[in-house]
Amino acid sequence: MPDQLIFAMEVTLNGLLNGVMYALVALGFVLIFKASGIFNYAQGVMALFAAMTLVGIQQGRVPFGHLINEIFGTDIHYFGWEVPALAAILLTALVMIGFAILAQRFVFRHLVGQEPIILFMATIGLAYFLEGVSDLMWGSEIRNLDVGLPQGINDSIDAVTFNLFGYGFFIDNLDITAAIVATVLVAGLIAFAQYTKQGRAMRAVADDHQAALSVGIKLNYVWVLVWSLAGIVALVAGIMWGSKSGVQFSLSLIALKALPVLMLGGFTSIPGAIIGGLIIGVGEALFEFAIGPMIGGATENWFAYVLALVFLVFRPQGLFGEKIIERV
Amino acid sequence: MFYREAGDFKTSYADDSQTFPIAFDRYRYYAVLAVALGIIPFVITDYWASAILIPFLIYAIAAIGLNILTGYCGQVSLGTGGFMAVGAYTSYKLMTAFPGMDMVTVTLLSGAMTAMVGVMFGLPSLRIKGFYLAVATLAAQFFLVWLFNKVPWFYNYSASGQITAPERLLFGHAVTGPNAEAWVKYLFCLAFVFVLAWVARNLTRGAMGRQWMAIRDMDIAAEIIGVNPLRAKLSAFAVSSFYVGVAGALLFTVYLGAVEVGEAYGIQKSFLVLFMIIIGGLGSLFGSFAGAAFMVLLPVALKVLLVDTMGWDTALATHFQFVIVGGLIMFFLIVEPHGLARLWSLAKEKLRLWPFPH
Amino acid sequence: MLDAGQQGYTTADGRRIGGVVMEMRNITLRFGGVVAIKDISFDIREGEIRAIIGPNGAGKSSMLNVISGFYHPQEGEMIYRGARRPPMKPYQVARQGIARTFQNIALFEGMTVLDNVMTGRLNHMKASILDQAFWWGRAQREEVENRKRAEEVIDFLEIQHIRKTPVGRLPYGLKKRVELARALVSEPKILLLDEPMAGMNVEEKEDMSRFILDVNDEFGTTIVLIEHDMGVVMDLSDRVVVMDYGKKIGDGTPAEVRANQEVIDAYLGVSHD
Repeated sequence: MPDQLIFAMEVTLNGLLNGVMYALVALGFVLIFKASGIFNYAQGVMALFAAMTLVGIQQGRVPFGHLINEIFGTDIHYFGWEVPALAAILLTALVMIGFAILAQRFVFRHLVGQEPIILFMATIGLAYFLEGVSDLMWGSEIRNLDVGLPQGINDSIDAVTFNLFGYGFFIDNLDITAAIVATVLVAGLIAFAQYTKQGRAMRAVADDHQAALSVGIKLNYVWVLVWSLAGIVALVAGIMWGSKSGVQFSLSLIALKALPVLMLGGFTSIPGAIIGGLIIGVGEALFEFAIGPMIGGATENWFAYVLALVFLVFRPQGLFGEKIIERV
Repeated sequence: MFYREAGDFKTSYADDSQTFPIAFDRYRYYAVLAVALGIIPFVITDYWASAILIPFLIYAIAAIGLNILTGYCGQVSLGTGGFMAVGAYTSYKLMTAFPGMDMVTVTLLSGAMTAMVGVMFGLPSLRIKGFYLAVATLAAQFFLVWLFNKVPWFYNYSASGQITAPERLLFGHAVTGPNAEAWVKYLFCLAFVFVLAWVARNLTRGAMGRQWMAIRDMDIAAEIIGVNPLRAKLSAFAVSSFYVGVAGALLFTVYLGAVEVGEAYGIQKSFLVLFMIIIGGLGSLFGSFAGAAFMVLLPVALKVLLVDTMGWDTALATHFQFVIVGGLIMFFLIVEPHGLARLWSLAKEKLRLWPFPH
Repeated sequence: MLDAGQQGYTTADGRRIGGVVMEMRNITLRFGGVVAIKDISFDIREGEIRAIIGPNGAGKSSMLNVISGFYHPQEGEMIYRGARRPPMKPYQVARQGIARTFQNIALFEGMTVLDNVMTGRLNHMKASILDQAFWWGRAQREEVENRKRAEEVIDFLEIQHIRKTPVGRLPYGLKKRVELARALVSEPKILLLDEPMAGMNVEEKEDMSRFILDVNDEFGTTIVLIEHDMGVVMDLSDRVVVMDYGKKIGDGTPAEVRANQEVIDAYLGVSHD
């Protein structure tokens, strides 16, 4: 087999695993969008905030320490204890639920019935707000996140591919873990939406707010639930990306990567988010591999968007979205 | 001098569609103009020029541009930063390739170039609507920044990858480069603001503006009563991008002087201008000015208050800025989607009827 | 192909009805597997008030959407002013002199009444973007001329007092009137009215009927209207097309239609056995 083809296979495999990560972030978007019609730009910042909070809790940092020191002239930074990873994750999940309640209570409850584009812009505001809060709470330095996920090259894949092609593929254990976690999470969410009472309520609200309200579903409750779920998806995404490349501002930009995924997959489709994620992951990896060197590289900055843009012109509802019928 | 329309009779339709139908508004407008032209150029300091006045003027142009597209025509764009970069790099290429070209021409051509690029990226707006389009404009943002970063021809193969504005004179005074004086730069930008705001006003009060607003309010109905959606949307993209391009060019040539594209024209800039028009008021020219002023003044005010007065860390002040801006955006969208401009016009409405509101 | 009726005639109340201005020939419109309009033909004469009636879901609104170019029928053709009309976009249809109102008011909510009405004049305004940008001669002249026309229609429909009010703040009845003004101001050859009286009280209906008759009388505008209220339709219209389940089941003067057994069945129901 020619070398180029073998490299391309490795690139594709890595692209697929990356695509799973994109799909994971995209999933958070789909959840909120389906249940409330809100296109949540803040999803990425939520992942950043979740990861920052997790690290902060793990290391026993004092929230708003920087601010307190500045105001009172004190010099406190740590509580002096360390919290085990699992407990820290659970505590962070609680924080995300708290955030969901606050966001619903103070912002989105007041925006019910607004045009989607207004809601979208409100979430951009929320993203800025949350980013500021995150920086105030935990500082804006780059942090290492380690909850004990396996890292580094996967030896068995390396060995198997070496035997097959005479060239060992470099596949990171973390990517494999992320793919597994994402799959489990997606399966869990689908099961939740299909088979539980809350899930049914969620789908009913997604279909028609008014009708759901009239059969006695509490809208507020469902929306808080959905925002909480999105917060937990953000936490998982934050852990994965954070373990991979550290917790820093650029983590929030990953959310932007999920946007073209959604445009491909359609905003309302969970399978769409997954397949869209995989297409983007593989597509941008292969494009960078094949064309990137010729035109200066770093094409993954824009490839996904341009692909989605071109695609949308021909199919505005995405791959799996419902067909848009215009009426007057 | 009362704030009244009574007794100020309009005897022709031309009079009735003028910019400031109420006499008091007209006088105030002349007063502002007199201060801007007659007083500020003589008292302006470098600090005021570089911290407040020049960025205010330049961002006002960008905000008017985005407001035409978003506020008037209803097409949300997150590509403003990328389009500003087109203006900046066009002006750089023109200044270096044609050293004799005067700065007014350079700036206008930069706007024209941006208008063309804007129309290109506006084409999908025919098929894609709402936030789908908003996301699609991100393609312009990321692609353009990447392009100016990766293709060395755009920055004349400079080692740093930066572009630097050479010195150019206008009427014997340096407008660009390190030797340009504050008052020259100020007047140069002011002239652009004045003309462009006037043109924007003309476009929005006439047939063009009605087409845009019709598309914004209900695109299908607009098409059925005879608005060609292709023409309406693309003209909005063209005009809007022209303004944004001029602002991008001025930001580089007059204000910053040297630019690294990702830093000066990144996605943050797109949001900055979008926030200006949300806070100022969508679909209002006055709002564009108010929003630009607010977003320029806020960091300065925070710095003066928190850093200079209370001795806080600069980073902390920046974090607060994020919280405040984000909070305000949500606040305005919830309470007053028409922004500061609406608050202002409500106040005027009250004043018009005061003291007998019934 | 056109019959002797092409010459036109004069109605009992002295209005002049001209020749055929538009003819629909064997129009069929499908959405996927659903047939909304099935092989329908009828014509519209110059200066007449032509009504399309039928129960809910009969395909009346679809028919109007076909005429205004929003839907494109799979089969059949439209003859407009003597020539076959090629498939065209809604705005092109509007430029050919076909204006309309909508069942669920489609006004531009963020604009004032005056601006809404002025949008109806867009097809009469030709100033280039440069003229407009600098408010030069032509742009300003056109603005004033068209403003005059707009004000005439505003006076005619008695909405002067709300001229500068944003449409979003108006009550339903007035919105309907503003929409009529917007359609009327374009000086259409054919005016399509989609349920102009839906949701109105008796008084508002009477007002609207008067306006429709006045429009037809004073400007000689051909009017095609869809309406649920049988009484109104019978009083207003010269000829009526009756639709049911996408098919045409009657066509003629109000008296003829009223006597048509099939129409009576469709409206009153009939036992199928």
